[in-house]
Amino acid sequence: MTTVDLSQVDVRCLNERLHALCGCEAQTEWQIIEPDGRHSIAVGMDAPARVTIEGHVGYYCGGMNQQAEIVVNGHAGPGLAENMMSGTVWVSGSASQSAGASMHGGLLIIRGDASSRCGISLKGGSILVGGSVGHMSAFMAQAGQLVVCGDAGDGLGDSIYEADLYVGGAVAGLGSDCVQKDMTDVHYQRLTHLLEQARVEADPQVFRRYGSARTLYNFHADHAGDY
Amino acid sequence: MAAAGERNATSDLAARRQSAAFPPQTIAEIQRAASEGLYEIRGWGAKRSVPSFNDLLFLGASLSRYPLEGYREQCGTKVTLGTRYAKRPIELDIPITIAGMSFGSLSANAKEALGLAATEMGTSTTTGDGGMTNEERQASKTLVYQVLPSRYGLNPDDVRRADALEIVVGQGAKPGGGGMLLGLKVSDRVAAMRTLPPGIDQRSASRHPDWTGPDDLSIKISELREITDWEKPIYVKMAATRVTFDTQLAVKAGADVIVLDGMQGGTGATQDVFIEHVGIPTLPAVRQAARALQDMGMHRKVQLVVSGGISSGADVAKALALGADAVSVGTAALVALDCNAPKHMDDYAALGTAPGYCHHCHTGRCPVGVTTQDPELESRLDPKAAARRLRNYLATLVLEAQTLARACGKSHLHNLEPEDLVALTPEAAAMAQVPLAGTNWIPGAAPTD
Repeated sequence: MTTVDLSQVDVRCLNERLHALCGCEAQTEWQIIEPDGRHSIAVGMDAPARVTIEGHVGYYCGGMNQQAEIVVNGHAGPGLAENMMSGTVWVSGSASQSAGASMHGGLLIIRGDASSRCGISLKGGSILVGGSVGHMSAFMAQAGQLVVCGDAGDGLGDSIYEADLYVGGAVAGLGSDCVQKDMTDVHYQRLTHLLEQARVEADPQVFRRYGSARTLYNFHADHAGDY
Repeated sequence: MAAAGERNATSDLAARRQSAAFPPQTIAEIQRAASEGLYEIRGWGAKRSVPSFNDLLFLGASLSRYPLEGYREQCGTKVTLGTRYAKRPIELDIPITIAGMSFGSLSANAKEALGLAATEMGTSTTTGDGGMTNEERQASKTLVYQVLPSRYGLNPDDVRRADALEIVVGQGAKPGGGGMLLGLKVSDRVAAMRTLPPGIDQRSASRHPDWTGPDDLSIKISELREITDWEKPIYVKMAATRVTFDTQLAVKAGADVIVLDGMQGGTGATQDVFIEHVGIPTLPAVRQAARALQDMGMHRKVQLVVSGGISSGADVAKALALGADAVSVGTAALVALDCNAPKHMDDYAALGTAPGYCHHCHTGRCPVGVTTQDPELESRLDPKAAARRLRNYLATLVLEAQTLARACGKSHLHNLEPEDLVALTPEAAAMAQVPLAGTNWIPGAAPTD
């Protein structure tokens, strides 16, 4: 276990050390203390390391992550795990806006709530939020899965493409072209697996699934008001 | 007097009197809109006439200035971009780069040709909405990787193999608008790169998903620097609108390079109303940006690249004289590849157009294989032959710009200055802040004692 104290070492130095792991297949363990809301902690990683951050992080923690398992024992600022490709980012608290923005892969788990635009432009991978998400979550989500155990704010899934959204609580309102869809056995299996991965105790049977009505896939005069 | 039932020239003229408010093109557009119920979508840039570099003239040397020998004395063209923070700035042999254009909008052959030509000329090319293809990475010695609102195909592996990153805030053809790629061009390969269903009319976001405003941009730039270990220059590309403020904010946010795209800048597909009615021309934009940099003491420290309608060596020289460090060409580069070439005339006719007028990039039916994903059409563009044409064109631009610079007595293109220029019209004089030719009048300039 390597411990890095961000009150003594700057983020740039930390990231350079984490990037030096690229190509290393050994599963190293890192503990980051005194993050104090700093931005861009553990961004651009490409190694199967486990990085545990003891405290709150600012913008873009875990951005563009590949392979690494990043644990935040605290809250996270905007753009958490943005554009993650693979690996896992786990937050014990809540996350600010745009968590998991344009994620292509991997697993993002937020045990608390996530603010607006959670999963915006999602392109793959899975996001599981133990609490609720704010407005415009999964806006233009293209692929992947967003699981919300609590409630979803207004405009959920606006202009969604092929992503799957699962909500256990109430939905304040659906965005353009987002509709409720049937839950099949396949969807229950996927959802159950995700809940188990996140170690969240919730009954899959109470969840509803949302996805694209696919009416906005091609421009049409009669849909002009929906764009 | 003509007999009843007969017509004469005078009555013919009266009968065909054109309305200024409703000329034939306006009538046609109203009727098209009435039929289709959607705005017109097309490629290329603004077709309206706006003040441009053509409205400026170089003064050249005479008694008060002396020229350099045109065929003997050196006139430097090298430029370095990204000197502010990046460990590895971009060194270019010429101050003319290839603008960002997507694979998807362009064919793979066209992207490869752009890369080959840029490499041969010692300059850079740029990806676009949709990610980086292996063909363009292999063809391009220096490749700028765009980070766009859509984030299509954006991945850290390509970030690492890029030479610079360009955060795209906007482009001149559509300031404030997102990208668009109509279904005919969303082939299986394009769709896979963008994680979209094939054949859809693809809409790109107009705002980035994880930041809004200059304070966030500053943090975003820092994140990209962290991801790249502060090695690669970070460009910020903006459409020319509120240029002074936007330039100042981009500098404050930490940009290494500002790319400014005037309203003549092209697009693969956008609403015509956007192309023609939003943004300002390149001419005033470059002057405003240069002044903003000068006011901040950052001119030449944060490099300025301007684009939008650059088509000749004279345009290059004038843009540099007004304060740009380099220019970027898009549409002109495609024309050099073969865009609008008088070949395959039946295919132009099938689109309802003709060489010299075609802006049908959006249809995917490009007769010359530049803006298509159709394999048969794409095969019409030989990447190596097209690259040779573009290489020739870029070389010509450089020679023309050097010719003008030497005539003004400059030993490097960057030594050109506003004092070398006059304007042909009051409008151009006001926008470029150079005197109207034959006068010392600069409209809008602060009075001097």
